[in-house]
Amino acid sequence: MENSIAVPVSQPANFEFLVREEEHVANGTLLGFWIYLMSDCLIFAALFATYGVLSQSYAGGPTGADLFDLPLVALNTSFLLVSSITYGFAMLQMQQGKLSGTMLWLAITGVLGVGFLGLELYEFYHLIHVGAGPQTSAFLSSFFALVGTHGLHVLFGILWLVTLLVQLRMYGLNVANRRRLFCLSMFWHFLDVVWIGVFTIVYLMGSLS
Amino acid sequence: MSEHNQHSLEHHEEAGPHSTFSGYMIGFIASVILTAIPFWLVMADVFSSRNMTVVIILGLALVQIVVHMIYFLHMNFRSEGGWNMLSLLFTLLLVFITLAGSLWVMYHMNVNMMPGMMTGSS
Repeated sequence: MENSIAVPVSQPANFEFLVREEEHVANGTLLGFWIYLMSDCLIFAALFATYGVLSQSYAGGPTGADLFDLPLVALNTSFLLVSSITYGFAMLQMQQGKLSGTMLWLAITGVLGVGFLGLELYEFYHLIHVGAGPQTSAFLSSFFALVGTHGLHVLFGILWLVTLLVQLRMYGLNVANRRRLFCLSMFWHFLDVVWIGVFTIVYLMGSLS
Repeated sequence: MSEHNQHSLEHHEEAGPHSTFSGYMIGFIASVILTAIPFWLVMADVFSSRNMTVVIILGLALVQIVVHMIYFLHMNFRSEGGWNMLSLLFTLLLVFITLAGSLWVMYHMNVNMMPGMMTGSS
């Protein structure tokens, strides 16, 4: 990563030189945020591993096939999937420098996120209500830990999104806000990627038993 | 150096990857299909063999994750001078070790340590 070249002061200014390497990134925030997401990925890997080990430990309690309501999960999945494309539209509006369009699509994304979270809270409430709370069995403990952690991420994503809407309203599409939009975009799409693992491994495979 | 970076940022407003409408639509349509198929396979009970269904839905999930990575997260070998991809590959290695190692070790612990309970517990 040797980018700097010592230049004698006495030489004339009109000379050419060649830098034989990748251009240095001007701002490391996006890469740094990506590395944060990778560490988050490891948290989810640990939770998935825990769930994978404990997913058959029902302790005489209900199984996934007894509990999971697949149409509800499908609706929830579609909320998150559609929110990914609406965030994409917000980014396209941002690229064209349209502030109101960006904010509109961001707001739609936020509403879909709230819908997702609402359905998940309803599901958790229902499970606890029928006596399938996290203390019932190791299977349910690991289920609540994994799905709950994902839900918390979505909650913080929504808080971030609302904060960003206020920032956009106050300062417009300046450099800092564009950078924040890129970071939240990675965060939001990353949560969608984690959800693919959740609905496949937890809900669909759990319903197969 | 940091002053220079701040300065150059003001001129290069394009901080992140450039996205296109068609890219997002391709990704969205592909992921809708890749989500609908596994739900249909499980809800309609298409295959009688559980293992076959599991293998197919896990395969579709992997494909969908790759689709999201390419079309939504704009992953490629060039962004950030390749460091994005390198950190992703390293993370995937760790994820694989965590998942495969945990499942492997704990499965054998169950088999070897609790021989009498295996029939009852699973």
